[in-house]
Amino acid sequence: MADAFAAAVSILFHGLAFAMVLYLVSVGLSVTMGLMGFVNLAHGVFAAAGGYVATTLMSRVGVPFAPAIAGGVLAAMIASVPLERWLYRRLYGKDELDQVLLTIGLAFMSVAAAKFVWGPLAQPFHPPPALSGQIELGFREFPTYRSFLIASGAVLVTALWLGLERTRFGAQIRAAVDNRRMAQSVGVNTSLLFTCAFALGSGLAALGGSLGAEILAIEPGYALEHLIYFLIVVSVGGLGSISGPFFAALFLGVADTGFKYLLPEFGAFFIYALTLVILLWRPRGLFGHA
Amino acid sequence: MHKTLLAAPVIAGLALTAGTAAAQTVKIGVVSTYSGPTAQQGDMMNRGWKLYDKLHQKDLPAGVKVEIIERDDTGANPETSKRLAQEFVTRDHVNLLTGFVWSPNFMSVAPVATEAKLPVVSLNAAAIQAVGMSPYMVRTSFTLTQQAYPLGKWAAKQGYKKAYTAASDYAPGNEGADAFAKSFTEAGGQVLGQVKFPAPPTTPDFAPFLQRVKDAKPDLLYIFVPAGPQATAIMKAARDLDLKGAGITLISTEDLVPDEEMRNIGDQAVGLVTSGIYTSDAARPANKEFVAAWYKEYGDKMPPDFESADAWVGMKMIYDFIGKTKGKFSGDEAMKYFSTWKDDNSPKGPVMIDPATRNIVQNVYMRRVENQGGKLVDVEFENLGMMNALGQPYAAAK
Amino acid sequence: MTAETATPLAAAAVIDAFSRRHRLHWAEAIPWVLMVGAYFVFPDYLALGAQVLATILFGLSLDLILGYAGIVTLGHAAFFGTGAYVAGLLAAHGWGEPITGLLVAALAAAAVGFVSGAVVLRTQGLTLLMLTLVVATMLYEAANKATPITGGADGLGGMDVWPVLGFRFDLFGKVAYWYCGAALFASWIVARNIVHSPFGRSLTGIRENERRMHAIGSPVFWRRLAIYTIAAGMAGVAGALIAQTTAFVGLGVLSFDRSGAVLIMLILGGVGRLYGAFIGVPLYMILQDQFAEVDPVYWYFWIGLILVLVVVFAPGGAFGFADRLIRRLRRRAR
Repeated sequence: MADAFAAAVSILFHGLAFAMVLYLVSVGLSVTMGLMGFVNLAHGVFAAAGGYVATTLMSRVGVPFAPAIAGGVLAAMIASVPLERWLYRRLYGKDELDQVLLTIGLAFMSVAAAKFVWGPLAQPFHPPPALSGQIELGFREFPTYRSFLIASGAVLVTALWLGLERTRFGAQIRAAVDNRRMAQSVGVNTSLLFTCAFALGSGLAALGGSLGAEILAIEPGYALEHLIYFLIVVSVGGLGSISGPFFAALFLGVADTGFKYLLPEFGAFFIYALTLVILLWRPRGLFGHA
Repeated sequence: MHKTLLAAPVIAGLALTAGTAAAQTVKIGVVSTYSGPTAQQGDMMNRGWKLYDKLHQKDLPAGVKVEIIERDDTGANPETSKRLAQEFVTRDHVNLLTGFVWSPNFMSVAPVATEAKLPVVSLNAAAIQAVGMSPYMVRTSFTLTQQAYPLGKWAAKQGYKKAYTAASDYAPGNEGADAFAKSFTEAGGQVLGQVKFPAPPTTPDFAPFLQRVKDAKPDLLYIFVPAGPQATAIMKAARDLDLKGAGITLISTEDLVPDEEMRNIGDQAVGLVTSGIYTSDAARPANKEFVAAWYKEYGDKMPPDFESADAWVGMKMIYDFIGKTKGKFSGDEAMKYFSTWKDDNSPKGPVMIDPATRNIVQNVYMRRVENQGGKLVDVEFENLGMMNALGQPYAAAK
Repeated sequence: MTAETATPLAAAAVIDAFSRRHRLHWAEAIPWVLMVGAYFVFPDYLALGAQVLATILFGLSLDLILGYAGIVTLGHAAFFGTGAYVAGLLAAHGWGEPITGLLVAALAAAAVGFVSGAVVLRTQGLTLLMLTLVVATMLYEAANKATPITGGADGLGGMDVWPVLGFRFDLFGKVAYWYCGAALFASWIVARNIVHSPFGRSLTGIRENERRMHAIGSPVFWRRLAIYTIAAGMAGVAGALIAQTTAFVGLGVLSFDRSGAVLIMLILGGVGRLYGAFIGVPLYMILQDQFAEVDPVYWYFWIGLILVLVVVFAPGGAFGFADRLIRRLRRRAR
């Protein structure tokens, strides 16, 4: 009995940490899809970019942890602006196939570019000593960094939700997701809004990618390897929703960890089966817009 | 890239055969991985056989020339590999085929080997059932069972009672874990459970798996991950979860401490015990010579690893045969020779081919990582003896 | 003219153009002439040629669902791989007759297409795309784990493929070439008939304006499921061809790489033109060969760049490019 309890605690803990990373990376994709109707399969590239910049700053340049993470986020946000304005913008409202192809092409290019610049190996990620090792949390020990990940994830999610509910920018986004033409007719500058929302989403992805480098290793194939998980989070959560993907990420993170812990022979197989079942029941996702 | 590779030996061959009377050119086809996501593995293997070829061209009998044609399989692509083998036979008329980083690629050429009576030497591909697919296939590398089975026996002898295995969920990982579990149990130990990591090439998050191992409280953990970047990652995860503090010792085959990673892996690896067939730090004179030649040719940034040594040994076997027959031979003669070939003085130690199975028989060493003057080296501290492909002590059929 | 009336008019125009093309055009004989000619001109490359022909079939099957039914999929390799493994298992376990093997493989792949399509085609957009990826990934994982059956990552060997119609599969790939060519020809006839039939035209209607089709009572879901199943069966034939001519099945037949590659090949040639695969597949394989020589490790970069450039500057692939060229020439001729 005690063993089962210990196992459950381990699964919940690791699953929660994984869920946080998944959510941070995927929420931007949900907004982009809901807001611009744009299928961005290259979304993972920003997460990887954040991770690469942050780990390079930490290991090669010796920048401390927090500024390095901030650097990764900033780099991704800055890079996202020209990409959105010059490339993605051309395909808003166009054929879904074209969007898929364009973004897959970009993802391929990023894989090769990352390999060229950083080599094929996973980037070393060394959190500061204060965040390493184990920490006593009540009745047992937990890895410190993952605890930090869960805590900071919770803070960030709360900030995001508040930001979207309480600020004007957030209101504009919600309005444009619900009904773009109406939002435009009441004076929302959707063009600028899109660029800002895209930058925000990319920044969040970079944050998730860099903070979560321990869980999702920063290697050249990052964007394509984990694409399916990001897509599951967004589809199950519901496109355009902010809270939907959170619960989807929770489900995916905990279930995935649980299956790997308890039934490693089948691993990800059950996750995919569960995804199919959920989407059969709710084709638009749990919190999707009609 | 292929064009320049083709040009050099051809031009050299033409130059050499210009004046000789009875010139004999042996054409060797190489199927290896030069491009794509897995090019690095191919690279270590290629450097090994190329070095031998380069250094020993001059040792060939007068008038005998070796021409090597390389083709790229771009990764684990059995369709491409088989097609290349067909083309080697019909277009290039090679006398011998070698290379093969990947087991599927090696296995897919079996029908070509049998039909064309073409000897095929695997310098790396390690799937245990592969050489049995054609009487014209032979291997100079290793099998996972060869290294993992004796490891289980050794571990039980050291007094470990409860073990757990954690291996990447693909053929070599499962083969090694099963072999270890089998011998460990046979020797009186108890295997508490088996964990499987998602298969390569993705580097998985090792923490939840290692957490499960930690919760089960074994005293020994057998690990297998593909040689390379995952090795460093799993060592880090083990340290983060403080497995050592929980009384769990790590043990593995040589894939956990590949020579080219030794410099990156850090002090966490000190004391790590592995079983293996080759380490570049081995003190054998034959190995010292090999490593010195390697550094001279390629610089000293990266030492040779087991793939390189296996390729070197394989090329030597081929060269020995060419030298003996002066380059004129049939496929059957080649297989007869290879089946009984041996070398008492290779960088890996004494090696021989088992005539019954055409797999390589070689010493399996126990090694420990030590810090010698600030540098991490792998020291062979015990020799478990000559093991066959099944990890059993080799006994010649009388 | 409002937005409402513009779309059905456009849809009608598209359908009209299709029906006019129903009669055989002389240019349609070109691929077959080339195929026969290549046998005599490139006798040393027939093994490669056989693989190209099988891959063209794979691309053709994708064209049916992507070009004609408008279903975007990232998991088409699921059917290709199913066909390959079924043919492989048959040959490895005693039944090596190739043609029946092809048929069984086609049926198996079609069954997988039917079952997965019934689930997946209820969704749309990003969700649909993601589910096609999920299905293929599930099959890949299953094949990897089922090592006693499929050989796992080591692959499925020991296939004993019998002679087809008395012809043994030879080392030169001659028999393989004609075998794949015949299968491609037969499938092309089927595809062509589908495309020019009322069923095919209704698919185009669904693709152009689904809401309208619903409104006129067309059974949208079942039509899409039907073409999905047929295309899956065809992809299964392509997979079986590769398996039988290689006498080996590697895990890569189910991989994302395979799905992505066939998508790119079709895009290069042009989607929805029936012959896109005939142009795109050889084009891709030649490009790959050339780039691999120049810059072996970074093939991914160049193919990604080409994809981006094609989407932005040359939509419609080779056919789209040809269309624009012809239009420009016609304008100048006036």
